[in-house]
Amino acid sequence: MLIKIAKPSDLRESDVTPEPVYFSRRRFMGGVVGVGAGLGISLALAGRAQAAASDYQDVPAGNPPGWFDAKLKEAEWDSVVPADRQLDKLTPFDDATHYNNFYEFGTGKSDPARNADSLKTQPWSVVIDGEVNNGGRFDLEDIAKPSRLQERIYRLRCVEAWSMVIPWLGIPLGDVIKRAEPTSKAKYVKFETLVAPDQMPGQDSSFALIDWPYTEGLRMDEAMHPLAILGLGMYGRELPNQNGAPFRLIVPWKYGFKSIKSIVRISLVEEQPVNSWQAIAPDEYGFYANVNPEVDHPRWSQATERRLPNSLFNPNIIDTRMFNGYADEVASLYQGMDLRKNF
Amino acid sequence: MSMPRYTLTLWRIAVSIAALVPLAWWSSQVAINAAGPEPGKYLLLNIGQGILWMLLLTLSLTPLTKLTRWKGFNLIRRQLGLWTLAYALLHLFCYAVFILGLDLSRLGSEIVRRPYIIVGMLALTGLIIMGVTSNKWSMRKLGKRWKTLHKIVYLVLGLGLLHFLWVVRADLEQWSLYAAVGALLMILRLPPIARQLPKFRQRLKRPGRAHA
Repeated sequence: MLIKIAKPSDLRESDVTPEPVYFSRRRFMGGVVGVGAGLGISLALAGRAQAAASDYQDVPAGNPPGWFDAKLKEAEWDSVVPADRQLDKLTPFDDATHYNNFYEFGTGKSDPARNADSLKTQPWSVVIDGEVNNGGRFDLEDIAKPSRLQERIYRLRCVEAWSMVIPWLGIPLGDVIKRAEPTSKAKYVKFETLVAPDQMPGQDSSFALIDWPYTEGLRMDEAMHPLAILGLGMYGRELPNQNGAPFRLIVPWKYGFKSIKSIVRISLVEEQPVNSWQAIAPDEYGFYANVNPEVDHPRWSQATERRLPNSLFNPNIIDTRMFNGYADEVASLYQGMDLRKNF
Repeated sequence: MSMPRYTLTLWRIAVSIAALVPLAWWSSQVAINAAGPEPGKYLLLNIGQGILWMLLLTLSLTPLTKLTRWKGFNLIRRQLGLWTLAYALLHLFCYAVFILGLDLSRLGSEIVRRPYIIVGMLALTGLIIMGVTSNKWSMRKLGKRWKTLHKIVYLVLGLGLLHFLWVVRADLEQWSLYAAVGALLMILRLPPIARQLPKFRQRLKRPGRAHA
């Protein structure tokens, strides 16, 4: 029999973050360069503090709220970058914003770019509820305010076996969860996307298999992992609507569908949530959805991926890496678990 | 309805050109970089839908002939069937080159392991069988059995729709449209309904005259 003793102040899972990499602001300020190439991640801290969007010259300016602009000025650029920036070259902005899976705006890859203009992202509020002491409805600005914006250049591996490299701007998910003061019962974090058929035409389709709202979840220790962030921007600007504006999840070691977009609700819960894709096809999509070249999707191999953009003459097929190349950072979360069963 | 010979030749040529137009369009989209960051997959998916279009058009010829009595529809049956096969071969080519990167060992293992690929390959096999027996020599040789053999086109339609259904991830709208058209074409072949088609034509004809 398992006896659980509730501890009032408890952040047990979250406190246990013996992560090899912890991207603290202090370390950034101190200018420690690199945590080791073996980690597959390096902290490049060269003088980019003033760089802002000028690094992304072909990127069209957005229309961000004032508070985002203010945060952008103090962003921590290149906070996490790929070890090999030649191999993991940035995907052009145009491709990252015109090849999206965001079924709220249609099931075609180009539908979101075409339809997402109708999404109203300002003002935006998010409900934080469930097993928390400090819940409620918060303006996005207030959720973001206490944390410094960090640039994270992550590989994005879609479950459909294509991948990109995206420079996100976000805040650690763990920061937001800590501020909500989870109770000892909080074992999982559940996320929900906006439901607004008047703004999201895909939600109007009677053929859609997704039972809106789109729902995702993480185990508490996954959510507290320093690599997991809540995204507010990309390519030195705020998120375009089709990429999940104004507020989305990014979990780089999991398949893209875990990184839920346009979040309006974050609930800390005791039971493992059923994420949308798992609900549709439990034999094809699991709760964990960790990138794993050894566990195939029933309909296709996950051993390789097509790094986009590619061309007819070069399909750009590369080997998929365990945990999308973040194994050194996250493998310990899954020690002793059968990843074939918990796919 | 009879037509001069050259009109029928022109008609056949026009159908050939029309069958090439989608391929030309998709190629041009790739050429001008309008097909997105994954042009190979763009071709694969579009040609895949093209197969279903061709197949459904082929299957619509019999009901159309019954409805109109125009023999022009009969004249393009073999052509459309062969176009269906050509699209299907192109579809497989795109899969092998753009998705598997011409890793032929993987083609083998994927064919064995993935039900939707197995179903797709079975449908392609059916098209190939009909394709190679579509010449006059085979028709003579096979005699009565030729017609029976080419009934596998119905099986191919079923397999093709199943293949597509298993590819669909979360929206059945497009698939439902193809399936509905396919079902309609099958219903029009049911003897009691098929018998009604010529009568339906005569009924259409009478009021039609006034406008002609």
